[in-house]
Amino acid sequence: MEHVLRQTWAFFFRDYQLTRRYFSWVVVFTFYAVVNSATVVLIGVAAGDRRLTLMLMVGVMLWGLLSVVFQEIANSITYERWEGTLEYTFMAPVSRVIHLAGVSLWATFYAVARAVVIVAGMLLFVDLDLSRANWGGIVAVLAVSSAAFIGLGLMAAVLPVFSPERGAEATNIFQGVLLLVSGVYYPVEVLPRWLQPLSVVSPATYALSACRKLVGIGEGPEMVAGAPLSACAYELTILTLMGIVSIPLGLYVFALVERWAKRTGKLKRTG
Amino acid sequence: MPDHPKAGKVCDVMSSLGIEVRLLCKSFSKRKGLIRARRTVSHALKDVSFEVAVGETYGLLGPNGSGKSTLIRVLSTLLVPDSGSVRVFGFRLPGDETEVRRRVGRVSVDAAFYKKLSARENLLYSAYLYGMEREPAERRAMEILEALGLDGEKFTDPLEEMSRGMQQKVAITRALLVNPPLLLLDEPTTGLDPKSKRDVQTFLEALRREHGTTILLTSHDMAETERLCARIGFIAGGRLIAEGTADELKRAAGAETLEDAFIALAGEKLEEGAAGGKKREEGAVAGA
Repeated sequence: MEHVLRQTWAFFFRDYQLTRRYFSWVVVFTFYAVVNSATVVLIGVAAGDRRLTLMLMVGVMLWGLLSVVFQEIANSITYERWEGTLEYTFMAPVSRVIHLAGVSLWATFYAVARAVVIVAGMLLFVDLDLSRANWGGIVAVLAVSSAAFIGLGLMAAVLPVFSPERGAEATNIFQGVLLLVSGVYYPVEVLPRWLQPLSVVSPATYALSACRKLVGIGEGPEMVAGAPLSACAYELTILTLMGIVSIPLGLYVFALVERWAKRTGKLKRTG
Repeated sequence: MPDHPKAGKVCDVMSSLGIEVRLLCKSFSKRKGLIRARRTVSHALKDVSFEVAVGETYGLLGPNGSGKSTLIRVLSTLLVPDSGSVRVFGFRLPGDETEVRRRVGRVSVDAAFYKKLSARENLLYSAYLYGMEREPAERRAMEILEALGLDGEKFTDPLEEMSRGMQQKVAITRALLVNPPLLLLDEPTTGLDPKSKRDVQTFLEALRREHGTTILLTSHDMAETERLCARIGFIAGGRLIAEGTADELKRAAGAETLEDAFIALAGEKLEEGAAGGKKREEGAVAGA
């Protein structure tokens, strides 16, 4: 067990050290994310609509968290290919489950830390009373939805094995589609009718719906107290199912592509 | 089993083989074009067979693109062979990857690291991957780096600030950190200055002598191969064309030096490789 924990720690340690070395860039990107989030939320303030402001804030917070979980996992193989270390990771006696668990652990830790900074930054621009929100419920929803995003990240992580450049491009397009169809800043009903079915398969759609209830956005214009977690039973069930399906599926897809790469010689930096 | 003195003591008392390769074949295909796509097949290894005894240092000499690195990748579990049989300390490939990975350290010609991280951070990451604890890993890393002639103060410097020679010494340290019984060295001294090259060679000799480490070394450097290896294989165009001690190879080719022996024995294959004889087009891809 100690051996397994140490191997899992290897990936957390590596990613922490890399983040430390690139800290000035982390500060720059986080600053940009705070400013970008604030400009979105200020649209609600300008409209004098408290409900809209809170809806945008939930969107910004949730997307800031889940997209980074997805991105960090999806790009983990890209980074290794750029550095040329992928072969050394793949020839170490570490199971792929431990490898990807370590990567996911760091991704979640980093995403949560970044989301906290973004929310704190936004509160400098917006005066909102969030004391009636169901924070315990929000944390539970974020935890469950992170699992679904980890599964999606695992599936996207294999794309750079096919081609480092094209893989990274495809990952960004996939992330863009998720942002578009999930209704992060608007109800999905405003999307063109032909696009709306895609929102059903995005975990972010359900995470957003649940968080809006828990933060206290009611059906009408008025603000209400955050709903109890039981009010989000439908969303939680879907998100749990998505996590249960997507993580093993992500690992399976990863294993398939790894085997293919070892047959075709695609693990090489230039492969 | 070799009875050459460079084969070391371990192989005298152990009868098992470190590496056993039989009729190994590996090819790669590449698709070219979109409409009338054609698939080009490159045969990297063709019916390669050889053995390396436990504790022996075996050298593979061959020109660029001869299949040396492909062979190292197969033994490192990074490539799956098309056909043939591969065993490492009796463990089959493919099949027993995890057991093989526990026993193999590899150094490639390009020192692949996280260049922003220090030698310490890169080596600790590697040590954790193998389940090692921090303190023994750091201690062992310092011992190896010092033996290779690298200043301990460099331990915390980012790799990007180190010369190629220093980076290569860190790469060798990474491979030796867990004391693997098999070391796969893919041109480990290419691009090193003469002093660094000698440091590495002396260290490898000590490693074999003191730990009985089995070493497979690929190189372009004839003198290095002759100094370090009990037996040498010539590989060209994906085929192992000759094998023996340096003296046996020179005798067989009627040559005075190993370089002359290599050119004499691999002559046709070298020309074949240069003319692209390894590659052949398989015709239009089905369904394209």
